Amino acid sequence: MSLGTFFIMRHELLLIAAALLVLMAEIFWNPDKRSQISLFAVILFGVITLVGFLPSTTGSLFGGMYVTSGTILLMKNILNIGVLLVFIQSLTWLRKEENAERISEYFLLLISTLVGMNFMISAGHFLMFYIGLELATIPIAALAAFERSKNKSAEAGIKLILSSALSTGILLYGLSMIYGTTGTLYFNEVALLFGNTNLQILGFIFFFAGMAFKISIVPFHLWTADVYEGSPVNITSYLSVISKGAAVFILMILLFTVFPVIIATWQKTIYVTAVLTMTIGNLFAIRQQNMKRFLAFSSISQAGYIFLGLIGGNQLGMASVIYYVLVYIFSNLGVFGVVIAISNKTGKENMNDYNGLYYTNPKLSLIMTLALFSLAGIPPVAGFFGKFFLFTAAAEKGFYFLVLIAVLNTIISLYYYLLVVKAMFISKSETPIEKFRSDFPTQFALGICVAGIVITGFASILFEVIRNLSYGV
Amino acid sequence: MDNILTLFVVIPVLTITGILFLKDTRQVRLVSAVGMGIQLVLAAILVFLYLSARHSGNTDEMLFVKDVLWFKSLNIHYAVGVDGISVAMIGLTSIIVFAGIFASWEVEFLTKEFFISLILLATGVFGFFISIDLFTMFLFYELAVIPMYLLIGVWGSGPKESSAMKLTLMLMGGSALLLVGLLGIYFNSSPAGGQLTFNILEISKITIPVSAQRIFFPLTFVGFGVLGALFPFHTWSPDGHASAPTAVSMLHAGVLMKLGGYGAFRVAIFLMPEAAHELSWIFIILTSISVVYGAFGAIAQKDLKYINAYSSVSHCGLVLFAVLMMNQTAMNGAIIQMISHGLMTALFFALIGMLYGRTHTRMINEMGGLMKIIPFLSVCYVIAGLASLGLPGLSGFVAEMTIFVGAFQHPELFYRIVTILAVSSIVITAVYILRVVAILLLGPTTNEHHNHLTDAKWFEKISVVTLIGAVAAIGLAPFWLSTMIGTSLQPIVARIIALNPF
Repeated sequence: MSLGTFFIMRHELLLIAAALLVLMAEIFWNPDKRSQISLFAVILFGVITLVGFLPSTTGSLFGGMYVTSGTILLMKNILNIGVLLVFIQSLTWLRKEENAERISEYFLLLISTLVGMNFMISAGHFLMFYIGLELATIPIAALAAFERSKNKSAEAGIKLILSSALSTGILLYGLSMIYGTTGTLYFNEVALLFGNTNLQILGFIFFFAGMAFKISIVPFHLWTADVYEGSPVNITSYLSVISKGAAVFILMILLFTVFPVIIATWQKTIYVTAVLTMTIGNLFAIRQQNMKRFLAFSSISQAGYIFLGLIGGNQLGMASVIYYVLVYIFSNLGVFGVVIAISNKTGKENMNDYNGLYYTNPKLSLIMTLALFSLAGIPPVAGFFGKFFLFTAAAEKGFYFLVLIAVLNTIISLYYYLLVVKAMFISKSETPIEKFRSDFPTQFALGICVAGIVITGFASILFEVIRNLSYGV
Repeated sequence: MDNILTLFVVIPVLTITGILFLKDTRQVRLVSAVGMGIQLVLAAILVFLYLSARHSGNTDEMLFVKDVLWFKSLNIHYAVGVDGISVAMIGLTSIIVFAGIFASWEVEFLTKEFFISLILLATGVFGFFISIDLFTMFLFYELAVIPMYLLIGVWGSGPKESSAMKLTLMLMGGSALLLVGLLGIYFNSSPAGGQLTFNILEISKITIPVSAQRIFFPLTFVGFGVLGALFPFHTWSPDGHASAPTAVSMLHAGVLMKLGGYGAFRVAIFLMPEAAHELSWIFIILTSISVVYGAFGAIAQKDLKYINAYSSVSHCGLVLFAVLMMNQTAMNGAIIQMISHGLMTALFFALIGMLYGRTHTRMINEMGGLMKIIPFLSVCYVIAGLASLGLPGLSGFVAEMTIFVGAFQHPELFYRIVTILAVSSIVITAVYILRVVAILLLGPTTNEHHNHLTDAKWFEKISVVTLIGAVAAIGLAPFWLSTMIGTSLQPIVARIIALNPF
């Protein structure tokens, strides 16, 4: 094995290098110019994102522990784009006094979780998958507790780590059953040896429950709202977009490649959880006043829609899930971008505070409206196409009733998304948020999100590329 | 000129883009009026081109077809094309949008945003009527619905927030059902195997399995029916119309509700005729309830806008009613009714808006004797009323006459009995129209303050005269219109009858 073959792991290697570089910059950089570290890190990460798109060889390493393919590279690139946006959006926040000492910490932790997710996506063996999972989870808990002085943030961190530990435990228990019945942990061998015995199905259910925690699928969603509310907004956006997207990718790969034998079983599981997730996520979102909690429940319901792409186990389904995650990154980060901008300027995070926003900050309101419409699936923005493809994928396998439930749920979701629009455009306020100008990074990130929301839908070539890289059971 | 149809979407989009860069209210109005004026001219050119193409012996089902592959793997196309029916609907839309721009000339609050939303709505409607691909059709359909929320919510009156929310959610609920219906059609569009398609013309060449039709026809029909004010899904209409600003009511009752009727016939019935035939009795009952109940509802109201909203429920119910009769005459009547109702209801709402702008009330018992004070508006109101109750010489007569003659031709007794019941709506219509005219326009002046009202201004006259001209034109010379529609209907009706021998 020559050294060159290691470059198959290009994404991970580059990320680790970047994390180390940022750490060294912290040590060797002139302390007065520490604030430039964040700029350096963002530019570095931007380069990595671009390099990720260069053509690459695919294959496997370490005797099949690590595999990569065109699909996997595509997923990693999509996650990279999302993380880049999160980084740009956090620049203003990192410039705050209390964060000056901890800039490299922030980047190191975030990049570590991303490395973990990349390893999970590329895993060919359950142990590799497990290591990636741990690497992806633990730093996030540290990030959730990033604002150490705030009780809520610390609470979010501890809640996240405890519930993660529990879910990981459940997942490991499932894995032990799978190992016990098949005698191997390699994905391809498990796929061959997996049958329909009760113990194996039990193992799968435990495994699924563990993953459901990560994606915050009902009934494993209870940690979501509190953690989202307590964490700093930038971390919340990371949790709800990147973390969730990566977990969906991984679950999809495993369902499609490791568990195709029991497709009838996991279709039932997904059917039930999808209905619960959409409905409960939506119904709870209606009552939320805090924007972060609101978005937490909205993102729970979005995961329910994504499950419609998984359920068929078809090529169109995988394509629509990848495409939807891309669209979701732009849309949700668009919403978060506005929430972050307002939170940074005024510290306000309640829906009531947005009353009359259009009359003081029309551009932010319009971006927010566009992004919310995209989340709700209103044409002509990308969310419409994304949802349409998800529903088409489920309908292709005959799940019409599920599609009906899902479209009725989009009406509920439209209601609460419109509540925000109503607050911004219709409701009057005595004390509206004052007119302010966002700084360049915020504008830049929002610009990318808007471009993504508008273009991703119409550019059919994107969907075709994704579809050609997808596969079915 | 193979791109003329795409222009119908491009011009509104360009107009919106132009408005975005303007600051001055007057410029915004001017650009909107010019943009929609071009649209009106374009519609006239389209009618001319269409008629001359037909005259020169072109018998294709759809003309000016333009087909661009969009999403290759799903075989989604941007496909446009028109037949006589869509040409008529496009003409209607451009007239009403043009009149609507002038009716909202005096919008002061957030003028720019108002016109952008209004024209965005128009874009969706135009796009819907030119589409022959179900995907693009659905996309434009939703695009037309969503600006309504802001249009009513921001610029409306009364309980505007709840009305706007109710309307948007109910209409989107309809489109949710529709989406499932369309997906069902798509996945059954190639029963023998092979490429699935969203193209209406291609789907019409095959027969969707009847078992699938039984599921997806009701979904599609109700999906469109919500927008067409099908009982019991009509409740968004009165509240929505009452709260909406004038131009929005005009566009909504005049055009947007027609999307329902048009879609119900072009998609639901045309593509799934067997199920339509089998299940039509259910929907005939519902639509006749719409027709009669809407008319009775209008009698009970005191608010002018509510009266008209209920009257719209009744008239639009008649469209769906006639479409379900599935014969040439009734369907022809349905299309003419869509156009006729679109024009006269837009005229009504425009006049109500103008009255409200002067008297600041819409309650009929608070007004009286307006004929002497503002004769121009009053006479126009009487004309609109007479058109609505079906006076010969105006468009309403042509439409309703054709519908009832056609409906009575249905061979089954049940359908004839229902037709007789539905005819009673004409009498009820006369009651509420004449009652309003009597209280509002004739009789003594009840309110002293109303003695100094001023008559219509120039932009109001443009708006009103355009509409009255169109109503009278259809009433006096219905033949060119009904021929244009009739020739395009023939292949559709032939297909339905071939599959369902009565």
